[in-house]
Formats: sequence, C-alpha cells, structure tokens
Amino acid sequence: MNLKLYVWRQAGRDDTGHFETYDARDISPDMSFLEMLDHVNEQLAVSEREPIAFEFDCREGICGTCSLVINGIPHGPEKATTTCQTYMRSFRDGDDIHIEPFRAQPFPVIKDLVVDRSAFDRILQAGGFVSVNTGNAPDGNAEAVAKSLAEDALDSAACIGCGACVAACPNASASLFTAAKVSHLAGLPQGRAERKHRARKMVAAMDEERFGSCTNHGECEAVCPMEISTRFISRMNREYLQSTLLPT
Amino acid sequence: MIQYDTQSAKQTLDGAVPSGPLDEKWDRYQADAKLVSPTNKRGFHVIVVGTGLAGASAAATLAELGYQASTFCFHDSPRRAHSVAAQGGINAAKNYQNDGDSVHRLFHDTIKGGDFRSREANVYRLAQVSGRIIDQCVAQGVPFAREYSGYLANRSFGGAQVSRTFYCRGQTGQQLLLGAYGALNRQIGAGRVKMHTRHEMLDIVLVDGRARGIVTRNLLTGEIASHVADAVILATGGYSNVFYLSTNASGCNTTAIWRAYKRGAYFANPCYTQIHPTCIPPGGEYQAKLTLMSESLRNDGRVWVPQRSGDRRPPQDIPEDERDYFLERKYPAFGNLAPRDIASRSAKEVCDEGRGVGPSGVGVFLDFAQALAERGRSVIASRYGNLFSMYQQIIGDDPYKVPMRIYPAPHYTMGGLWVDYDLMSTIPGLFVIGEANFSDHGANRLGASALMQGLADGYFILPPTISNYLASAKLRSVSGNREFRDAELRVNADIQSLLRLNGKRSVESFHRELGHILWEACGMSRTRSGLLDALARIPALRQEFRDNAVVSGDGNALNMSLERAGRVADFIELGELMCRDALDREESCGCHFREEYRTAEGEARRNDDAFCHVAAWQYQGKDTEPARHQEKLAFEEVQLVERSYK
Repeated sequence: MNLKLYVWRQAGRDDTGHFETYDARDISPDMSFLEMLDHVNEQLAVSEREPIAFEFDCREGICGTCSLVINGIPHGPEKATTTCQTYMRSFRDGDDIHIEPFRAQPFPVIKDLVVDRSAFDRILQAGGFVSVNTGNAPDGNAEAVAKSLAEDALDSAACIGCGACVAACPNASASLFTAAKVSHLAGLPQGRAERKHRARKMVAAMDEERFGSCTNHGECEAVCPMEISTRFISRMNREYLQSTLLPT
Repeated sequence: MIQYDTQSAKQTLDGAVPSGPLDEKWDRYQADAKLVSPTNKRGFHVIVVGTGLAGASAAATLAELGYQASTFCFHDSPRRAHSVAAQGGINAAKNYQNDGDSVHRLFHDTIKGGDFRSREANVYRLAQVSGRIIDQCVAQGVPFAREYSGYLANRSFGGAQVSRTFYCRGQTGQQLLLGAYGALNRQIGAGRVKMHTRHEMLDIVLVDGRARGIVTRNLLTGEIASHVADAVILATGGYSNVFYLSTNASGCNTTAIWRAYKRGAYFANPCYTQIHPTCIPPGGEYQAKLTLMSESLRNDGRVWVPQRSGDRRPPQDIPEDERDYFLERKYPAFGNLAPRDIASRSAKEVCDEGRGVGPSGVGVFLDFAQALAERGRSVIASRYGNLFSMYQQIIGDDPYKVPMRIYPAPHYTMGGLWVDYDLMSTIPGLFVIGEANFSDHGANRLGASALMQGLADGYFILPPTISNYLASAKLRSVSGNREFRDAELRVNADIQSLLRLNGKRSVESFHRELGHILWEACGMSRTRSGLLDALARIPALRQEFRDNAVVSGDGNALNMSLERAGRVADFIELGELMCRDALDREESCGCHFREEYRTAEGEARRNDDAFCHVAAWQYQGKDTEPARHQEKLAFEEVQLVERSYK
C-alpha cells in the first residue's frame, strides 16, 4: 500500500508546531502502525532528515507508552486496541492518515508526538496504593475475597495508564484514570482502611494538575484500550462524596 | 564478601555462601548480618537504577526501612518497565492445592529446570521466600485470580507437576508491577525516594574500588550529571534484544550492566539465553518485535505438526492419526508442559524436518479444539481471552476456530552480572538484582519464576544484605571527586563520537544484522564452526558501525536516534562475549545446546566434570581478550542426574 501521512512536528514545548507531509510507500497490511512509522523514520534517517519522535516500548499493548491520535481518534480506528496493536490492514491503499500527539493541557508536548504524562504519576503518588510496608503481610489466604470482587478489581486495575481517556475527553478530564485506581483499591478488603483518605487525596491531586471535570461524555470509555468502564467514575464520585460527608 | 584466589592465573570466584545445612543458611545469615540502626539509616543513600519489579520493590522497601533512595529509569514512568508484560504468573511454594508442593520441591524443580547450573543456596533461598511474596502482593491489593470460595487460585507451568502459579488473567506482570510501583509511589510522595524518570545510566563511578555513584544522561535535555551514593543497585533487566527480534520491549537494553562490566563487574554465563517456545512466528523483514503468547496456554493447548513433511493442508483437514503431538509423544510425563528449552528445541527440530506450518514453514500449531470441546468456550475465554484477542489482532485468525501458530523467540536471559550470595557484584557496593544478575536460573529458567525472583530480590533478599554491607563498609564521604569528573568526561566523549557518525547505514540495520548473526550462531542450537564464524563477523560489524552508521540530531535534546545508537553499540560488544562464552562451554546444558554434545536420544549432554561451574568474564580493555574465571558449583543436597522429563 502507499499512504500519505500528515504528521505533527513540534521542536519543543515552546514551539507552535505544524503538520508535515510524508509518503509511506510499499507498506504491507501485516505491518503494525508503528512498524510503518519505523519504516518512514529509517528512510528519513538515511536521507539525513530528523526522524519523527514518537514513543513506544512493549509493542504488545500493556505498557501504555504508545500515544498517537490517528485520524482524530486516540489509538486509532480499532476498538479496545492500543496504537502499537493497530495493524495496517485497518487502512486502505491511498489513504490519508493524520497523526497527532495526545493533546491536553496537563500533557504538554515534549517533541513531535511525545507528550509529558508525569501528571498521572503524581496523582498516584498522592494516594494510589495500600500503605503496607514489606514484611507486614498476613498469609495470602488469611482472608477470602469474593471472586466477583477480585474480578471487578481487576477490571479497573487493568488500566495501562496511557492517557487516551484524557486525550479523548473534551474537558481533558483524568476521571477515568483516577477512578480506575480508586475503584480497584476501594473494592478490595486490603484497600478499605484508607479508602476515604485515598479518594480525597487523589481527587485533589487530579484537580491540582489542572485536569478538567467529568461531564459524562463517555469518550474516555470509547477509546480506552482496556475497555475500562465509566461506571468506575460513578464509584469514585461515591467514594469521594462519602469521604467528604463522612470524613472519618 | 568475596575472596579471590589471586595466586592462580584463573581466579576462582567464591559465592560467599554461608555455612550450615541448606535449609538453615538464610536464617543463619540474617541472624548474623550486621544491622544499621534506625537513626543511622537516614545517613545512607542508595541509588537504584531500573524501576521494574526488582528495582521498584527494592527502592520502596529500602525507603520504608529509612534509607534515602534515588531511583532512575529511562521510561517516562516506572509503570512502563518491561516487567509489565509478563503474562502467565508467579510461582510460590504455598501448597494451597495440597498437591505435594513444598519449599524443597520448588527448589528442586528450579535447580533441575536450570540443568544443574545454578548456585544451590541461592535457589533454596528463593524457594523459601516465595510464599511471602504472595502474601505481600495480596496485602498491596494485587487482584490475583480466586476460586468461588474466595481463596487464591493456581495454575500449572512448564517443568512442574504441581499447580503453584498465582496469576491475574494474562497480565500478572502488570498487576505485580502496579503493586511495587504503588509501594514506590508511596515513598516518592512521602519524599523518601527521589525518582528520576527519563534518565539513562551511562556509567558507574568507583572511588577507592567501591561503587559510589553513577553518571546519567537526562534524555530530554541531554544533561550529563553525576549522582553520589553509598551503594548502587542495578535492576536494569535482561539483554534478549541483543537478538534484535525478541519478546522484550523495544527499550530493553544491556547498557547499564555492560558499562558496569567495563568498569570491573564480572559478566556471568552470557550465553545462557532463553528462547521461549510460544511466540507468534516472525513475519517480514520490517518486523520490530516478536509477541509472546503466555506459556500458560500450554495448560490447555496441544502442540502438534503434521506427521508428513511438506503437508500443507489446513489444520482442520489433517485427520487425527496424521498429526504428531510431538511433546506428548517425546515427554509423556510432562507432555505439553515440558520446560521451555526442551519445548523450543523440539519445535525447531520438527520445522527443520520440513514439518513446520504456516506460510513460512516456521511454526507449529497450538490447538485448543479439545479443551474447547471439553471445557466450553466460556471457561477458555476466562483463562486466555485477552491472549486470544491479541493473537487475532496480530495474525488475523480466530484461535477459537483455527489453531494458533507459534514459534520460539528470544525471551529472557539467565546470564547477567555475577553476584555472590549477597547479590553483590565483583565491585564492592555494586548490587545487581532481578534479570540483570545471573543468580538463580542456571542454564534455563522455568516459567513464572522471573516475577518470583525479581520480587524476592527486591522485597526480601537485598534489604538485609545491603544493610550488612553498609554497616561494615566504612565509607568515606565523597562529592565532586576526580573520579566523577573523569566519568562525565568519558561519557561526553562517547556521546560526541556517536553524534559524529555520518555514514550511510541506519543504526537499526546494524542491530538487525547483529540479531541475525546471533540467532543463527548463538540461538537455539550452537556449533563450534558457527560460533567461530560469528566471532569473525561481529568485530567486522563493530568496525563497520564506527565507519558507516548514521546518527542524526544533536545531544542537547530528546534524540532517540542517539539513544538507540549507544545501546546498539553495546549490544554488538555483548554479542561477541556471548559467542565466546558459548564456544568455550563445550557441553550442552539447558538453553545452551551445542550440537556436538548430545545424548543418543538427541537431548542435551552435560559435562559435569569439566563444566560444573559458572563462567564469569572479566573485561581487560578494549583490544584485549576478556579473562574467563570460574565459580565452582558445589551441590550439597541435589544429585546431579541427566535431566529427564520423559
């Protein structure tokens, strides 16, 4: 296949940025989207032009590093799929493809398609854990945890921290990300003791990072590669409300 | 803690294993180890490089104890570390299934799985602490799979006849990493750990012969900076990407441990590299990585090829009696759960016989038809749903209807920096944990044991051993020493020489060529002539890299081309050492299969008289051959026998 790429290039945080056009030739439908970009970059490198900066690591959809907006959709056209797991068979010969970074004020562009998502780490540092020191733990089977609770916890813990939810949200809200962690830990007996404290701290950190509010668009769930449900946002709101109304 | 026999030309390394019966060594060590008092701990500063399972768990635990820690990773967040990608599970000798498991059995399975090439006392200790890892992770909120009773569920992995593997669907690594990352985040939030993301370690610094710090490059600004500490811990993972195509993440590299090797840390058993049997087969030249399909699939999937070579019929048209379920046939006691090295070699053999499947003929079937018929689609979907959909995304076939096609791929490296019982390298004060060290898996690692080892090292083993070191090391205070300035100058000079590369070939093309050489010569099977050929070709490749590679951009900003060039240059040097190690080890053991040394049945034939030792390589300078030292492996408890899974 031959494709025309319109790629966002931005030298640094303070640069205004612009689209540049590249031809991607002889692309196999079995290539992954990132392998297609590798191919373009190798051509750029040997012709002494600066390769396009974009991030990736595991290339199997679990590390959450890859972060492209493809034709207006974070992670591209396939449902429940990261950019790295998107294959060129999802496109047709002659297609135009627009490639942009995840855009949100709390995710400033570092270079080209690379953004700074460290705000997510700071939200988790505020309370996204159980405060248990190494060595404190009782036997793993000391307490039974209903299978349904464990499965529900894993449904939210599956979040890979990619930030597509923020990029898709018109408000750049981090509610789905934060809710996934709040729900994961609030749902398990091990996380109960700190649940109120945790919800308050994490919501405050989210606001401090200047993420927007949730106004129930549902775009986050639609682009989430792990299909994290917005019902967890309701859960977070309940946790938060309880923690402010009944703080102890 | 290490004594050398400096008299003989070949040093004999001593692992400093405590005396006493095997099952009492670790308890005795802890009872005798020196401690740092709670108020004095704040005065010690440790550096942890790499924040995957081993590094995050170590940093969090040391900070909980009261030490000051600085952590470094090249990712934008510790949660991206490649530990995240481990799918199948984590072993622990809990015997919750009442199926005969015990510390001793896990120990024995691991020693045998490693083909009797690991240090007995380390492996025993690993089995001893395995249960506490599960307890710790449960307490952190890791959502392990559970039975309807609410108690923890288990499944089976290769090389074991018990069910001791704990799991979280197909994302055990991510959930365990999130647990360790949570513990680390708690310490970062409390100000007890200073986290440096997007920093790459490019050198370690020795003062008075001890590791006292590192030099890093800030990947966003290009700034080269020194960081001083009382001890340095490397938790930087394995080097499977030396093969170019592997199941590792793109960023995984050998740079940290390779630079430490060049500063004097010995590199042990570099040729012990694991080729995982169940990966999606390679496609075209453009391919950038191979994708793992968890070994847990072999709980329910049956591996087969057609009996007749050249049989190109689609799988559903091949009748049952014309199929060869070769693992079940050759290894009836373990069947499809034969260990990884054996399963991989068997797959290679049938493909070499022309019985491989798929368009390239490089692949074998992994068939779920029987499991689907017996257990139903919903049970299979609950166990492997995410793996099936990942397979379908990549290949385009539906594994519920058509058997998967799989083929072995480089996955894990048992080799790594040599460490003693304290997990300290030959450089005092430099500790190495997780996949980056060589310690526990011998010549082959069993499935679900990497997560176990990473967390054992970080949560439970390193904290007491590093305290023992710090309590007795009598370190003088250093800052702004000449050693740091020299290291910064060296690192800067290296970067400038990479930036001057202005040839015609991309760095990737060199990496691809190196991978091809190593896969052929130092992959699933090795020969003397093949290794000699590789040892002639790799230095030529290294020279061509210096003459003809191209690196664009400058050093003062994000420059991925520069980062990759430095890592590939290190891989080329490591590749040469791997071949040298494979050539000198004139036996077959575990993943190291030399075609010249095999039994009448074609299995690996060890030579315990000559090679029951760890080979540890010492860097001797740029143009000098490295020296090969030995650590004798003494077995007190285990009988060395031919490893059989029949």
